[in-house]
Amino acid sequence: MRRARVGLLVAALVAAVLSSAAAQPKPVSEDTVHEVAARLRCVVCQNLSVADSPSEMAGQMRAIIRERLAAGESPDEVQRYFVQRYGEWILLSPPRRGFNLLVWLLPLVFVIAGLVVVAVLVRQWTRRPRGAAEPVAVDAAMSERIRREVERGS
Amino acid sequence: MKRLWRWLIPLAALPVLVLLAYGFRMSPRDIPSPLLQKPAPAFGLTALDGAPLALASHRGKVVVLNFWASWCYPGCYEEAPVLEKNWRAYRERGVVVLGVAIQDKREAIEKFVKDFGLTFPNAQDVTGTVSVDYGVYGVPETFFLDRQGRIRVKHVSAVTDTVFRDTVERLLAETETR
Amino acid sequence: MTADVGFGMTIVALVLALYGGVVAAVGARTGRAALVESAQHAALGVFTLVTACFALLAYAFLTFDFSIRYVASNTNLGTPFYYRITGVWGALEGSIILWAWMLALYTLILIVRHREGARELYPWALATMLGILAFFLLVMSVAAPPFQRQLPVPANGRGLNPLLEDTGMITHPVALYLGFTGFTVPFAFAMAALATGRVGDTWLVLTRRWTIVAWYFLSLGLLIGGWWSYHVLGWGGYWAWDPVENAAFMPWLTGTAFLHSVMIQERRRMLKLWNIVLVILTFGLTLFGTFLTRSGVIASVHAFTQGSIGMLFLGFLALVMLTALGLVAWRWDALRSQGNLDAVVSRESAFLLNNVLLVAAAFTVFFGTVFPLLSEAVRGVKVSVGAPFFNQVNVPLFLSLIFLMGVGPLIAWRRASLENLKRNFLWPVVLGIVAAAIAFALGVRSALAALTFATTVFVAATIAVDVVRATRARLRVGERLLPAVGGLLRRHNRRYGGFVVHLGILIIALGVTGSHAWSVQTETTLKRGESTELAGYRLRFEGLSAAEESNHFKVVGAFTVTNGRALGTLQPAKKFYPQEQAPIAYVDYRLGLKEDIYVVLGDFARDGSQATIKVQVNRLVSWIWIGGVVLTLGALLAILPDRRETA
Repeated sequence: MRRARVGLLVAALVAAVLSSAAAQPKPVSEDTVHEVAARLRCVVCQNLSVADSPSEMAGQMRAIIRERLAAGESPDEVQRYFVQRYGEWILLSPPRRGFNLLVWLLPLVFVIAGLVVVAVLVRQWTRRPRGAAEPVAVDAAMSERIRREVERGS
Repeated sequence: MKRLWRWLIPLAALPVLVLLAYGFRMSPRDIPSPLLQKPAPAFGLTALDGAPLALASHRGKVVVLNFWASWCYPGCYEEAPVLEKNWRAYRERGVVVLGVAIQDKREAIEKFVKDFGLTFPNAQDVTGTVSVDYGVYGVPETFFLDRQGRIRVKHVSAVTDTVFRDTVERLLAETETR
Repeated sequence: MTADVGFGMTIVALVLALYGGVVAAVGARTGRAALVESAQHAALGVFTLVTACFALLAYAFLTFDFSIRYVASNTNLGTPFYYRITGVWGALEGSIILWAWMLALYTLILIVRHREGARELYPWALATMLGILAFFLLVMSVAAPPFQRQLPVPANGRGLNPLLEDTGMITHPVALYLGFTGFTVPFAFAMAALATGRVGDTWLVLTRRWTIVAWYFLSLGLLIGGWWSYHVLGWGGYWAWDPVENAAFMPWLTGTAFLHSVMIQERRRMLKLWNIVLVILTFGLTLFGTFLTRSGVIASVHAFTQGSIGMLFLGFLALVMLTALGLVAWRWDALRSQGNLDAVVSRESAFLLNNVLLVAAAFTVFFGTVFPLLSEAVRGVKVSVGAPFFNQVNVPLFLSLIFLMGVGPLIAWRRASLENLKRNFLWPVVLGIVAAAIAFALGVRSALAALTFATTVFVAATIAVDVVRATRARLRVGERLLPAVGGLLRRHNRRYGGFVVHLGILIIALGVTGSHAWSVQTETTLKRGESTELAGYRLRFEGLSAAEESNHFKVVGAFTVTNGRALGTLQPAKKFYPQEQAPIAYVDYRLGLKEDIYVVLGDFARDGSQATIKVQVNRLVSWIWIGGVVLTLGALLAILPDRRETA
C-alpha cells in the first residue's frame, strides 16, 4: 500500500515537472507569427489577413499559430494545418499549382502580348515611307506649339 | 470575311458577363468543408456545470456538435429551441447534442443557456482551438458525426427541425460496423 | 405622406429622363433643334426632382421619420446630427440617389457648356447621359426605393453602421462618386462620336477637362478611402485589395491610360480606335464597380446587399458594353487610321508602353478579383486571391510605370536623338544610381526598396531638369526668378500640372514602399502598469475606462507612450453598438512624418487588470497623404483654362 502511494507521489512529481517543462513556451518571434498569419485569410472578415485583422477570431488564430510554432512546428506545417481544416480558401494567395497557375501566369502573358503588339505596331508605323505622311498645315496653333517646344529646349 | 473579325470586340465582352451571371448562383460564404468523411477532431472542454465534456466519451452515438454564440442573432436564437426539443426527443435513441460557445463572454453564455432552458451539455471554447480544429467560419455551424466518429454533415446557419431529423435519422439507420 | 411624395417624384423623374433621352436621340438623328431643347428642359426637370428627393430624404433623416424603412435602418434616436446628414448616403438606396443626383448635375453642366460649341455631338451626348440617368432612376424606383415604408413604424431606428461614423464618410463616397459619374461624360461624347461617325479629335478635345476632373476625383476618393481605412478600420493598413477597392482602382488605371493616350491622338492623330475603346472600358469598369458593390457576387467589406439589384446592374452593364463595342465594330473603318511613327525611341513609344502597363495592371486586378468565381465555376473549389498576390504581380508593373513617368515627358516627340537623350537623362540616371548607392549605404537591404528609391530620384531629377532648363530660358530673356517660374507654370499649365501630379505620385510611391518595407508590429498582453517596447517606443498600460455615449458603449484603454520624450496617451477603444453583433475596434495613433505609432485594443479583462494590444510602427505612411495633397495641386493647375485658348 505504502509503495503504491510513494509511486503515485513520484508519478505526480514527474508529471508536474514534465508539464511545467512543456508549459515553458519555446521563444517564438512575433515576426514569424506575423509572417505565417499574413498568409492566412481571416475567416470572419472580408479579405483581411489573420495578421491584420482586429477581430477576436483572428486573435485566437494568431494564438494558435504562436502555440504551434512554440511546439516546434515549422511555418509551413502550421499553414498546412489550417488548410486541412478550412480548405484552399484560407490561403490569401492561391497556391501555384494546377488551375491556379492561370491567375499567376495570365497577367504575365497579357503584359508580354501587349509589348509584342506595341513592338509590331511601332515597327509597322516607322516603316511607312516618309512621303505618305499627311501634310501638316502649319497654322497659328502649330506655330505656337513649335515655339513652346523650342522654348522648352527639347 | 475580314469584315467580320471586328465583331470579335463586342463578343469578347460576353464570357466575362456570363461568368458574372454565373456568380449569382453561388454564395460567396458557402465554403465546403475539407473535413467531411474524416474522423472528427477530439477535444476536451469543461461544460458549464463543471463536468468534463470530451468527444471521445460519446463514441458510438450520433453526435450533433453545435457551435454558437450569444451575440449571433437571429441564427442561434432560432435554432436553440430546435436543438433542445430534438435533444429531448432523441437522447434515448443514442443521439447526443453538444454545444460549444465561441468568442463570447461567460456570463452571456450562461444567460443564453438559462433563457432557452438548454439541458444538453454546453461548454465554452475560450481559446478558440476547438472551433479552428473544426474549421468553423462563423456561427451558427453544426456538425453531424456518425457512430464511428466521422464528420458526415456540416450545416452552416440555423438548424431547422427538418434538417435535424432527416440527418439524424439517416445516421441512426446506418448499421454499426465495429 | 413623405414616402408617397418621394416615390412619386422618383417615377416622374424616371419618365422625364426616358422621354428626354428618346427625344434627344430623335432630335440628333433628324437635326430638329426643338426636340433637343425639349430634352434639355426634361433634364432640368430631372435634376430638380432628384434634388427634391434628396432634400426630402435628408429631411426625413433629420426629423427621425422612422416610417421610412431606409431612415429606420440607418439612424436611431442617438445618432448625432451630422451623421444624420451624411447617413443619407450611408447605405444602398442613398448611394443610388447620390449617384443619380451627380449624373443629373453633370448633365446640366454638359448642357450649359456644350450646347453651343458642339452642335453635332452634343445631342447624342445628351441622349446618352439621360439614358444612363434613366437607368439609375429605374433602380431607384424598382430595386432600391429609398422611400419604402416601414410598417409598423418602429419607436427607434437601427442606427448608422458605426464604421461610417467618421469624417471620411462625408468625403469618401462623394469624391469617389464624382469620379465615377465624371467618366460618364467622356463616354457620352464617345458614343456621340460613334453615332455621328465624327470619330476624330473633336470629342476628345471637348472632354479633356472632364477627364482630368473625373480622374482627379477618383484619385481623391481612393486616397480618402485609404486614409479612412487606416484610421478607422483598425487593421493598420490603407489598402487591402478588397474586391470593391479593386473595383474603384480598375477604372482609375484605365482612366490614367486614357488621360495619356489622348495626348497621342491630339498630337499625332493616331490611336483613335484605342482611345474610344479605352473610354468605353473605363466607363464599363465604373459600372462593374457598382455591380460588385451591390450584387454580393463577391464577398467584400463594402458589399451593400445581395438580391435582384445585382441582376439589374449586370443587365445594364451587358447592354452598355455590347452596344458601345458594337458601335465600335460598326465604325471600324473610320476608326482605323494608319499610324505614323518616325522612330522607335520617341515619346509616342513611351506613351504606348505606359498604356500597355496600365491596362495590364487593370487586367491583373480584374482577373484576380474574378478568379475566385472562375475557379469555383470550373473546379468547384473556392480559392482566395488577396493582397500577397496583387502586391507580387503589380509591383513590377507599377515600378516600370514610375520609371516611364520620368522618361515620357522629356523624351522627344517623333524621334529622340542621342543628343536629346543625353541632355535630358544623363543627370537623372546618374542621380538615380547615386541614390541607390546611398540607400545601400544607409543600410537598406531590400532590393525593391532601393530600386524604388532610385527610380523616384530619377523621375524627380527629370522634372527638375525640365523646370530648371525652362526657367533658365526665361531668365535669359530678362525675367526675374519668381515671375519666370510662375509664368512658366501658368502658361504651360497642362504640362506642369502633369509634372506636379507626377511628383505627387512619386511621394505616394515612397510612402507605400516605406510602409511595406520598414513597418514593424507586435502583439502582446499587458497587465496594468506593465510596458512593452517596439522600435524605440515604450508603451505602458495605465488602465481601462468605460463610458456610455449617445448610441454606443465604449471601453477605452489608456497607454502612455514615450520615445525618449513623452508623447502623451494613446486611447484605443472598443465600441459596443447594440445593433452590431461584434464590438468595433477603434485605433489610436500618433502620426509623424517619418513614422506613425498605431495601437489597436484587443481582448481585455473586465476589471481592467489586463489588455491585449497590437502595436504597429508604420513608416512613411504620412507621405501617402502628403502626396495626395500635391496631386490635388497638380490637378488644379492642369485644369486651369488654357492661356492660349480662344473662347
